[in-house]
Amino acid sequence: MANSASIKGSSATLDVAKTMPRRNQFDIGQIARWVLLFGGGILMVLPIVYMLSTSLKWPHEIYNLSIIPDEPTLDNYVYVLEDGRFYSWFFNSLIIATATTVSAVIFDSLVGYVLCKFEFRGRMIVFIAILSTLMIPTEMLIIPWYMMAKTFGWLDSYWGIMFPGVMTAFGTFLMKQFFETVPDDFLEAARIDGLNEFEIWWRVAMPMVTPALAALAIFVFLGNWTAFIWPLIVTNSPELYTLPVGLTTFSVEQSVEWELIMTGAALATIPTLIVFLIFQKYIIRGVVMAGLKG
Amino acid sequence: MNFYGALTIKQKQVVWAWTFLAVPAIFYCLIRFYPTFNAIALSFQEWNLLGARTWTGIDNYTKLFADPVFWKVFKNTFIYLLLGTPISLLISFVIAYNLDKVRFMHGTIRALYFLPFMTSTVAMAWLWRWFYQPVPIGLFNNALATIGIPQFEFLNSTTWALPSILAPAVWAGLGFQIIIFMAGLRAIPQTYYEAARIDGVGSWTTLWRITLPLLKPTIVFLVVLSSIGFLRIFDQVFNMTSNNPGGPLNSTKPLVLMIYETAFSSFDMGYAAAQTVVLFTVLLIVSLTQLYIMRDK
Repeated sequence: MANSASIKGSSATLDVAKTMPRRNQFDIGQIARWVLLFGGGILMVLPIVYMLSTSLKWPHEIYNLSIIPDEPTLDNYVYVLEDGRFYSWFFNSLIIATATTVSAVIFDSLVGYVLCKFEFRGRMIVFIAILSTLMIPTEMLIIPWYMMAKTFGWLDSYWGIMFPGVMTAFGTFLMKQFFETVPDDFLEAARIDGLNEFEIWWRVAMPMVTPALAALAIFVFLGNWTAFIWPLIVTNSPELYTLPVGLTTFSVEQSVEWELIMTGAALATIPTLIVFLIFQKYIIRGVVMAGLKG
Repeated sequence: MNFYGALTIKQKQVVWAWTFLAVPAIFYCLIRFYPTFNAIALSFQEWNLLGARTWTGIDNYTKLFADPVFWKVFKNTFIYLLLGTPISLLISFVIAYNLDKVRFMHGTIRALYFLPFMTSTVAMAWLWRWFYQPVPIGLFNNALATIGIPQFEFLNSTTWALPSILAPAVWAGLGFQIIIFMAGLRAIPQTYYEAARIDGVGSWTTLWRITLPLLKPTIVFLVVLSSIGFLRIFDQVFNMTSNNPGGPLNSTKPLVLMIYETAFSSFDMGYAAAQTVVLFTVLLIVSLTQLYIMRDK
């Protein structure tokens, strides 16, 4: 929305730090700056470290402030996983987030492509109509969605959790912006070669915007993986809960067994942390791309 | 096929365009537009999810504006916004501005700040809830106790519960804002800084006269985005106060939690719909005002 020419294309220069002038490298101010920033960074991850450390502690030890447990144990993990529900919650979240991501990436890029590259009456109206849905908060739609899901028998099903998110206006807008960078000549050449419009989109245009597709995929996946209010409303049976909803239920049950709650929280957090540590560069680049163009 | 073959290239394009748009058009009409109008219609009706929907005019709105709980909730929602947005933007700008000037371990430090953004909100809500527990359980109070400071009420205090819930929300969002700020900073052409340096302009003046004005699009974007986020706060509040939703004397209850309770605990659907219309209006006014204030002159 709040996009401007001055920030366009800055994603490519994200790693420009390497080319910054070397002059200030050894002055005291610069060292102090580094120390403060590094200390702040440690402080930022400290809560997560405490969560992981507590999940490895015995109940009598959680009162201890030390980060490294005296007698580390995996007992909490064994207990939480033996419960069995975590597996299905994890599986549900994975399926739902993946399916929604695939759907949103395909449809958003298709619609973005049509709005960018096709000439037809009503294009502007369609674009404005889709863009206007960005202004409508999810919370306003939740009650009608619930009524709809109830009428069609979608309550308590994967489809019920997924249907509001199979397309996103944000992604459509993002992809439209990125298809602007695909030269029309390429598409025209493919047309002369006898490809039909679907093939041109799928085999010519799409491969040229893969970084944008990746950025969109990261955002949609993360959004669905952590989504809370809609899955909370639409599901009733514990075996259909997503990980966040399951974690809420589990934590309310445990009430005072904080080492078990921390274990559950760790189980919900560790997968995304691992994904982040592996794909760090792409994720940060994707966030910048999606953030600035969206 | 014959019909299609007879079309001009332009006409074929139109056919393709609408073929591609067919499914999305149904989706947007059915899952976005229809529910929007349905919610607005419902806000003028009374309905308990089972019986018939009856028109009641503006009754839901008069009831809402006469409800002291609503005004409490309305105020809370704005406190989340008015504390959360400036604090998080200030912190993230200071970090981004300085991190931009650091090269040693740049990527590692950036990752440290970004890591909390990748976590699940619900998991973090429970983590911070544990931090806030009284002695001998909670980390913060245990830490305070070791250095001899009396314990702090956090979530049980009517004054401090709201900021206590806000803290993890700010914390988890910093990484995103820092990354966006840094990208904005990088987009400012180095020539401006070189010119300023040659003219002997101090770094403070450079910050105020060059960096911040040129960063305006980024600032507008982040202010709007984070305002919308704080006005819609729910996950943290729901999880951190699940034993007493909305905290002591509703001191932490935001609008979305009130909507959730009205709709899915009291099943007063029309009344809840009226609340969502208020939320929509507030979001619209806040984002339009901010875009207007910070528009390019």
